[in-house]
Amino acid sequence: MERVASATPSPIAHSVRGLSDRAIAWVFVAPTIFLLLAINIFPLIWTIQLSFTNYKANRIGREVKNVGLRNYERILTDTDIWLNMQATAHFLFWTIALQVLIGFALAWLINKKFKGNDLWTTIIVLPMMLSPAVVGNFWKFLYQPQIGLFNYIISFFTGVEPSSFQMLGQVNLAPWSIVIVDTWMWTPFVMLICLAGLRSIPDYIYEAAEIDRASKWRQFWTITVPMVMPFLMLAVLFRGIENFKMFDLVVQLTGGGPGSTTELTSINLKREAFEKWRTGYASAYAIILFVTVFGLASIYVKALNKVKER
Amino acid sequence: MSSFSVTDTSSRTKRIAGTLVIVYALITMLPLVWIGATGFKSPADAISYPPKVVFSPTLEGYVNLFTTRTRQTQEYLQNNPPTNWADEIVRQYDMVIVGPSKFGERFLNSVIIGFGSTFLSIFLGTLAAYAFSRFKIPLADDLLFFILSTRMMPPIAVAIPIFLMYRNLGLSDTHLGMILLYTAVNISLAVWLLKGFIDEIPREYEEAALIDGYTRFQAFYKVVLPQAATGIASTAIFCLIFAWNEYAFAVLLTSATAQTAPPFIPTIIGIGGLDWPAVAAGATLFLLPVMIFTIMLRKHLLRGITFGAVRK
Repeated sequence: MERVASATPSPIAHSVRGLSDRAIAWVFVAPTIFLLLAINIFPLIWTIQLSFTNYKANRIGREVKNVGLRNYERILTDTDIWLNMQATAHFLFWTIALQVLIGFALAWLINKKFKGNDLWTTIIVLPMMLSPAVVGNFWKFLYQPQIGLFNYIISFFTGVEPSSFQMLGQVNLAPWSIVIVDTWMWTPFVMLICLAGLRSIPDYIYEAAEIDRASKWRQFWTITVPMVMPFLMLAVLFRGIENFKMFDLVVQLTGGGPGSTTELTSINLKREAFEKWRTGYASAYAIILFVTVFGLASIYVKALNKVKER
Repeated sequence: MSSFSVTDTSSRTKRIAGTLVIVYALITMLPLVWIGATGFKSPADAISYPPKVVFSPTLEGYVNLFTTRTRQTQEYLQNNPPTNWADEIVRQYDMVIVGPSKFGERFLNSVIIGFGSTFLSIFLGTLAAYAFSRFKIPLADDLLFFILSTRMMPPIAVAIPIFLMYRNLGLSDTHLGMILLYTAVNISLAVWLLKGFIDEIPREYEEAALIDGYTRFQAFYKVVLPQAATGIASTAIFCLIFAWNEYAFAVLLTSATAQTAPPFIPTIIGIGGLDWPAVAAGATLFLLPVMIFTIMLRKHLLRGITFGAVRK
């Protein structure tokens, strides 16, 4: 039947009645394009335009002056912003490292197909489906010194006084508190993608390796790891982009504090745009962030394609 | 093929793997279980040290979540006996219930905006995905990539011009404004995922229908739509979960009429001082639907997460 259908010349298949295919294509795509133009593209262009001005959104009557590239200059030479970038880099590096390690290990274990692995996989996935802001808010409670469950458990296992450390209040611990919660939430995402990778490896490759008497250890490094690598890299890309944008979870947990130790770029941007109302400056900042993510992601995708080709 | 395969794992390995995964799952569940339990604690139990695992459950948290209360004099309390069980719970702190809190409203906003934007994303997304899948559209690949790349913008960066635009158009703090915004954010993923599902449906089905005298549009909704139903459903769940969980836009662009639950729940703590049980109760009611959804639809959902990702 398939053969018959595909043998039918397609011009005949095009019905004369109703709209032409070309018209239908445009009718179908137009609303989406219009919405994206109105709510994505137009605002983006507006942001670019604002980034060259000294506009302040809370002062409507004020004269708006064109300041050229001054906003960009000021941002790129501001040492505080480099500190925010560093905080973001710390957060990105450790969340990704931990999530890749734990996520891959979990996927590898689940792929052993023990009884009930379906149900347990679902339970592990739960945190990533939840609202980061609501969850972050509740983790603040778990992190309370003295009364919080987290401090209690740490002290139970290590013997440290539960009131002797403040995960959210200490400069040396706060960056780790957000890494822990993000890892708790998003490890399952990396796990699921790794699992898809592991399941895509056909059995016969291992069977062939077995015939060649390759040890399990060697099989792991020469078959499993390289075959999962493209998947893993994809997971890293997604987590990287998401965590570069990170706002809700961290703003609820630490609000950027103590001081500005956990003030990721998004939180800093919110301060500039919606608390100090330096709209023009914040627009330039937004553009710089967008270009950074876009640039890094493009370079990364190139690398990813190379790995895929191998 | 023989029944013996070298890739079969021994039962001992399976047991060890199973135990490790279950231990991880239990640790992962602990914070969630703790949220659920705290919702049924009294404020004193919630902040006791060491943390209480065994406690006498009370609905105080839930009562506080749904009501606003004021302190009253002993005289007033004696003259006006409690009228219902909720009142009775509040009386132990010399308080009386004066009215409902805003939680119900905020929750309803979440429902309206969540379902509204999901419906719109799926409606528009399915049409666009069909067109991208079946017709030659100039620059289709660039267009698709561009649609997707808009998701790389930090939400705060997007919020700056949207805030100004909505202020001019009168869309600030309205349901319509939030529905349109969430649709715009979701539609890129929706088109991408749906195109994948529609690509998998053989073109021959429609072509056969066209020969039978269907118009292109009839072929689309009588032949393609039913085939894509599963894909549409799982895409819808992703859109719904995104809109349900979203916080950054909601906190910046809404304040009263259209505020959703995520920006509201953290503020509950401020109303009653250290009212963690009420926060936990609100969080439980808000998170539970998603958890139930996830467990019920796990097959489609888990496939969806990896499917969407792996295709990219």
